[in-house]
Amino acid sequence: MKYLDEYRDPALARRLVAEIRRSATRPWVLMEICGGQTHTLVKYGIEELVGPRVELVHGPGCPVCVTPLGIIDQAIAIASNPKVIFVSFGDMLRVPGSRSDLFQVKAAGGDVRIAYSPMDAVSLARENPQRAVVFFAVGFETTAPANATAVWQAKREGLQNFSMLASHVLVPPAIRLLLESGSNRVQGFIAPGHVCTVMGYREYEELAARYRMPFVVGGFEPLDLLEAILMLVRQLEEGRAQVENQYGRSVNRDGNKAARRRMMEVFAVTDRNWRGIGPIAGSGLCLRPEYAAFDAGRIFGVEAIAAPEPPECISALVLKGLKKPVDCPVFGTRCTPGAPLGAPMVSSEGACAAYYRYRRHTVLAGG
Amino acid sequence: MCLAIPGQIVEAREIDGLRVGVVRFGGVTRQACLDFVPEAQCGDYVIVHVGFAISRVDAAEAERTYRLLEEMGALEDGG
Amino acid sequence: MSGPIQFTCPLPPAAKDRIVLGHGSGGKLSADLLRDVFLPFFPSPILHRLEDQAVFEIGGARLAFTTDSFVVKPLFFRGGDIGSLAVHGTVNDLAMGGATPLYLSAGFILEEGLEIEVLRRVAESMGRAAGAIPIEIVTGDTKVVEKGSGDGLFVNTSGIGLVPEGVRLSPSLVRPGDSILLSGPIGDHGIAILAEREGIRFSTELASDCAPLHGLAAGMLAASRDIHAMRDPTRGGVSSALNEIASRAGVGMIIEESAIPVRDEVRGACELLGLDPLYVANEGKLIAFVAPQAADAVLAAMRRHELGTGAARIGVVTEAPAGLVLLRTPFGTTRIVDMLPGDQLPRIC
Repeated sequence: MKYLDEYRDPALARRLVAEIRRSATRPWVLMEICGGQTHTLVKYGIEELVGPRVELVHGPGCPVCVTPLGIIDQAIAIASNPKVIFVSFGDMLRVPGSRSDLFQVKAAGGDVRIAYSPMDAVSLARENPQRAVVFFAVGFETTAPANATAVWQAKREGLQNFSMLASHVLVPPAIRLLLESGSNRVQGFIAPGHVCTVMGYREYEELAARYRMPFVVGGFEPLDLLEAILMLVRQLEEGRAQVENQYGRSVNRDGNKAARRRMMEVFAVTDRNWRGIGPIAGSGLCLRPEYAAFDAGRIFGVEAIAAPEPPECISALVLKGLKKPVDCPVFGTRCTPGAPLGAPMVSSEGACAAYYRYRRHTVLAGG
Repeated sequence: MCLAIPGQIVEAREIDGLRVGVVRFGGVTRQACLDFVPEAQCGDYVIVHVGFAISRVDAAEAERTYRLLEEMGALEDGG
Repeated sequence: MSGPIQFTCPLPPAAKDRIVLGHGSGGKLSADLLRDVFLPFFPSPILHRLEDQAVFEIGGARLAFTTDSFVVKPLFFRGGDIGSLAVHGTVNDLAMGGATPLYLSAGFILEEGLEIEVLRRVAESMGRAAGAIPIEIVTGDTKVVEKGSGDGLFVNTSGIGLVPEGVRLSPSLVRPGDSILLSGPIGDHGIAILAEREGIRFSTELASDCAPLHGLAAGMLAASRDIHAMRDPTRGGVSSALNEIASRAGVGMIIEESAIPVRDEVRGACELLGLDPLYVANEGKLIAFVAPQAADAVLAAMRRHELGTGAARIGVVTEAPAGLVLLRTPFGTTRIVDMLPGDQLPRIC
């Protein structure tokens, strides 16, 4: 597959790894903040290849995992309503709320369906005028323009039965929180390539300057990530703190203006709770007042549902890169992908789930 | 939420005021909204996320990156 | 932040007192259901061997007996239908035990309102599939349930076959050092079905690989009796099959990613949806565990058969870690091929 296979070439990977190992004269700690990148890093064993001198820690890059407990409970409440067709991306179905999850709601008779695109939910609304169709809009900036288009289109068509439970999160405020925290060990960031495809990378320039922190916008294939790691290592070795772009075939500095325009027409920036971390100011998106008629939280009266976030537990430390999943005493024992206790074990992109599924044999062997 | 993969536009048209296309990914094709890539035409590659093209693959950039990688390797291998 | 940090995350797991779709996907939930709900009440030692088919001796003959139910949606798909699937699926379970398929039963649960023409098409397809084996459908049953209680049509087939003298196939015979052979490209059936389901809407020429494997199996056994076990990787894919056998036999396995054949269409669909072909169902493929000295001969026999032209050696059985299936990436690193908890969910991240 073009523009995919080339970036998985093992021979080129070996050369990149050799160059990384050659370039790193001392230990460096790097973080990526995107579930898709986490998935690739763990799936190909890239940490093993570049370590131990270059250490990779996984940030809160899984919007599924960081969706606040209260919103999951709201989703469950809405999905349990017999008039509703509740539409969600697959990842969200297994996320535990306070007492249940969407799979259990489906088992008990709720009409819960998986969507592959937010426009599927709009089609469902059009085809089922007598039912209320609610779309669970979760994701980073990458997904926001698509979700915005669903609502925008629904408004244009005058659909009366479509609404959205919106829980978007934004990346730069989360990075700022990590950098502000006194215990940050991360020395360089791989910026999320598809988020930056939409948003550009100007926002990271301010962070790079203020915190003297190097950023490299990275893609998602193994060669992309290896090259991004190499670029970060070179910056660190040379004492630079710039924003560089590895993923030039998709990302430019200004991002995608058309996508952002659609996004900001429908959404406004708001404060947001991150599960396992807590509230981060200006880190979320909510529907603008002009689109209030499509706000499922209001329509179904579930806005008041809020669940107390658990007291700070190792989830938060893992999400901030301060602890590895294996440092948790219940990792792999009481907490597994089949019975997750914390956010990072919930989705296959979470750091704990990724470790459990792919790497625990090296972990168990002490590697 | 970042799973997005490159595919080639094989058809493009307007439906209900939205620019929509058919994109081929290896051996399968799927519809995708092209509203965010107004400059992309049939034959171009786009990166598609949840049924929306979010960028047009910059072939020149892709080529450049790839050449750099190959060259780096060549020096390493002494070739 | 003051005070010691609580290390356990007090999120209660969701109450698991109802059946969820994951219980049917052939992964860990299915295994748990079997172990916790059925086995305690069905004490037969034959059942507790937990093999694909029950093998027992009657009057000097070794019979294999198996059952399977088919709930596929849509009923008709490119490359097959619920009828041909119902015949091939049970024939394959018999074939994986080395049995020659003999007789089949066919039970139908029909939803009120199902068009009779649909049922006729299914019956015709079953008759054709059975005739081609050949296997006789000798008994059956039909029940009708009220509208809304079923997906139009469910089929159960049970099969009886004869295991030839000297043939013994069982996961318990798998040994470290055995070669792991796969008969062809994976994921065709699952992706072909997905393409025709509502809601995904992608197009492909891909057809299900639904096919009877008894001929291929017989050809392999003719080449060598040093085949220890065979398994057709249906729901849950190659991953579930390997994991189940690894844990039954108490062995480890390591497979090579670059050796696993996958068609372009399957790759494309999997990339698009964030699925891993190793977890996607197949209905016309088999995995064989063969003593190392016989592997070449068996592989050659597979490739001579029309259903095995794409056969490949994909890995080897190891001593340890027991029950763990590892995969070596083209980068030389390894990762675990885990048993999924339930359904494989399409990835968005």
